[in-house]
Amino acid sequence: MENNNNLPEPDTRPDVKDPSRRDFLKKSALITAVALTPAHAVKAAEKHMDERIAEAFEKMPLSLEINGAPHNLMVEPRSTLLDILREQLDLTGTKKGCDLGQCGACTVHVDGHRVISCLTLGIMVNGKKVTTIEGLAKGDQLHPMQEAFLKHDGFQCGYCTPGQIMSAVACIREGHANSEHEIREYMSGNICRCGAYPNIVNAIQEVKEGGLPV
Amino acid sequence: MNDKTLNKPSSTTGMSRVDGRLKVTGQAKYAAEFNVKGLTYGVLVCSTITKGSIRSIDSKQAENAPGVLAVISHLNCPKILGYPAEPAKAPIKIFYDDKILYNGHPVTMVIADTFERAQHAASLVKVDYNEEKHITSLKDNLNGAVAPHDDAEYKRGDPNAWATAPVKVEQEYIQPSEVHNPMELHAIVARWDADDKITVWDKTQGVKDTQSNIARIFGIPVENVQVHSKFVGGAFGGALQVWQHEVAAIIGAKVVKRPVKLMLTRADMFTSVGYRPLTWQKIGIGATTDGKLVGINHQAIGQTSTYEDFAEGPADVSRQLYDCPNAYTSNKILSLDVGSPTWMRGPGPATGTFALESAMDELSYLLNIDPIELRLKNYAETDPESGKPFSGKNLKDAYKMGAESIGWHNRQQKPGALTKDGWLLGYGVSGGTFGADREPATVKAIMLADGTLIVQTAVSDIGPGTGTMAVSVAAETMGIPVEKIRFDLGDSALPNAPQQGGSTITSSVGSAVYMACNALKEKFQQLIGNGGADKPDYAQVLKQHNLPKLEVSVDSKAGAEVDKYAMYSWSVHFVTVLVNPLTGVVKLDKVTCVADSGRIISPKTARSQIIGGAIMGIGMALTEETVIDHRYGKVMNASFADYHVPVNADIPQIEALFVNKPDYNINPLGAKGMGEIALIGMAAAVANAVYNATGKRVRELPITPDKLVDWGVVS
Ligand code: FES
Ligand code: FES
Repeated sequence: MENNNNLPEPDTRPDVKDPSRRDFLKKSALITAVALTPAHAVKAAEKHMDERIAEAFEKMPLSLEINGAPHNLMVEPRSTLLDILREQLDLTGTKKGCDLGQCGACTVHVDGHRVISCLTLGIMVNGKKVTTIEGLAKGDQLHPMQEAFLKHDGFQCGYCTPGQIMSAVACIREGHANSEHEIREYMSGNICRCGAYPNIVNAIQEVKEGGLPV
Repeated sequence: MNDKTLNKPSSTTGMSRVDGRLKVTGQAKYAAEFNVKGLTYGVLVCSTITKGSIRSIDSKQAENAPGVLAVISHLNCPKILGYPAEPAKAPIKIFYDDKILYNGHPVTMVIADTFERAQHAASLVKVDYNEEKHITSLKDNLNGAVAPHDDAEYKRGDPNAWATAPVKVEQEYIQPSEVHNPMELHAIVARWDADDKITVWDKTQGVKDTQSNIARIFGIPVENVQVHSKFVGGAFGGALQVWQHEVAAIIGAKVVKRPVKLMLTRADMFTSVGYRPLTWQKIGIGATTDGKLVGINHQAIGQTSTYEDFAEGPADVSRQLYDCPNAYTSNKILSLDVGSPTWMRGPGPATGTFALESAMDELSYLLNIDPIELRLKNYAETDPESGKPFSGKNLKDAYKMGAESIGWHNRQQKPGALTKDGWLLGYGVSGGTFGADREPATVKAIMLADGTLIVQTAVSDIGPGTGTMAVSVAAETMGIPVEKIRFDLGDSALPNAPQQGGSTITSSVGSAVYMACNALKEKFQQLIGNGGADKPDYAQVLKQHNLPKLEVSVDSKAGAEVDKYAMYSWSVHFVTVLVNPLTGVVKLDKVTCVADSGRIISPKTARSQIIGGAIMGIGMALTEETVIDHRYGKVMNASFADYHVPVNADIPQIEALFVNKPDYNINPLGAKGMGEIALIGMAAAVANAVYNATGKRVRELPITPDKLVDWGVVS
């Protein structure tokens, strides 16, 4: 993180914001007020106040475990898991390649299963365990799949790589790595524009055949 | 590692990437991942019309939305000092005037304190336009093409000699526009450190170029701009210039007085950061009955925008690929109401080679000669264009190696003669070539007291493995283990290096690293005095002389050899394809790519680069095409769901073979580039294999099933 700046820092770190009960009641009252007095609401909307009102109750609590550590956050219901990881928690290992569920760059594990984090709202993983690429190695000891990607050069630019590795681990866990053909099919949700596919297949096969736990 | 291993490396041959660990652990930070203090988020609103002007912008609702800090457009944009001095034909000057020049032209930018808020507020901006009639179709307007510059035409002998030859082919070929689509979306984080000081974390193929361009546009001294770009998630030519979104983010940061992060959407990537231009080509090629070329006539018309004259010269390949006494090439451009195209992997030759190598294949069938034999009959021993000898050309070796690997002797000359598991099987081949340039580069090498070597230069690495190559060269030259070497790159404060484009980095930067290491060794020799070991214990020597470090900075550039030789890298692509006789689906069965690009420095990354280029070439051959609905002038398939790049299931194992003969006429390393030749020729190889399998010649890429099946003919 860069720090040499004297500009004001907005507090967008969600961890610290704990909604007090009173705050919640205030917001609830606001919702009720809007609901019961449509005339006021309309007037507010005319004055473009609707956005301001929305702001008052737009965050929700989210408790989850990320890479083994518990997090209690306040997030907007519209925030994707991907943006929460990258923009709020500085876990930028998970990549954005399309934001539309079409490339696989944002693949993470939720309760051990591969999930496209750009199509997952943060609030959908409340109470779940999320593993990102940052949580795959055990300290300095790389996960066998990370080792295999290094050894077989399963990447060039490295941007699709976290997603590929998370998918590759899941691919073996799911039992979908029994042949080269099967690996190719079950890894086709992860695009690599650098074209590392044959090397990725080699890496997965080696890990699968090595029999180490993934 | 013996030479044989380098001819045919496996995925585990040689050293692994020096930055690989950072990439597999998610620690490598790309442009958008620098969450600097006080960060805000910019989201662009782009035009929904194709040509015209902005009548009004209603941004009140957006301005009122929570977290919004500014809505910027031409109506309120601060004065950009360098804009007035930009030439008439220049990249889009964002927020400069009310003109709309293409569908997707950025009109406003919303800045808010979170990404979600900026994105939502952007949806609230209402823009009204005065719409004008647009023209976006190349095919309907070929007559309007013009020569972009004086030397767009080339003549050798009689331009029409081909037409009177005993055997001739005359055909048109279409290369659709293709998008680079690197996995990393173009992104920038921009910060003003003072009124005249800017720092950016940016996706760029050249930190020095980006630095000087930003300085020019904003009218501040070059040294006041800092550009960081240590990791780049692919680019393929798409990040060789400063695009309007980069300027927008810098403007935004000035307005809100806080850093701005701007990441394009995948849809923006199809309109706002260039693409390979849609190009129409016509080739006339004539030969004697025994297959000696008489003449080639190759004309190309590529699309460009109305605001820039982008020309890549696809026809030029026909000047020098074959020994042919008569040649004519012309490259024209046609201005359309579209965003500007730009350099994309193998720019020019990729498009031109598809046409020329398809035409050569057509000729081989007319002559009933094996396509390789036809190529060898017309093999150019010296450069037909300049008459100069080649600095190094071992293309015959490449044909031989590739033919053996793919099993070319099993090919049948008669199309449709072979089948495999009920699919039609065909063999295809194509050559490829790209100029082997060497650019000026400066490298600093510093030996520290603990024996660590630091090597520095301002190059970017978009993926091929520049650091790995540089560390390999340094380790070998200095005689120290790679673990003792650190390579610094991607920072404009470092010594000058060229942009990572045009397959020049190993030749330019690799040579500079080699020279800097030799200069450093020389300095150690001077310390030790005569007769010291060539590769001494550097730490020991420093200790003996009580020195904290020893450093050199070396400038390097191409030598006088550039005037003596024609310098190129070469490749040959071999494929076998399977075509489903009922559906017309094409599958790659086997792929072998042979590179004749001098000495191989880093076998593992070289192999990956060849395979990666081949895969992009397979996309070009079979699936990739940007489709514009000309009624609206809009790209209709601006997403990965609709524009198909190859996925894992499309790609078989690929053999990457290397001739691995050093070319010391180019540089002291004997190494030449291979990023472009990896792709150039692949589309023709696939098209030629499809013909061999089916008897159907597809002259308009991509080769989609509908072009092969007219129910009943393929059976
Ligand atoms: S970013 Fe999620 S699938 Fe592309
Ligand atoms: S490594 Fe660059 S996209 Fe896969």
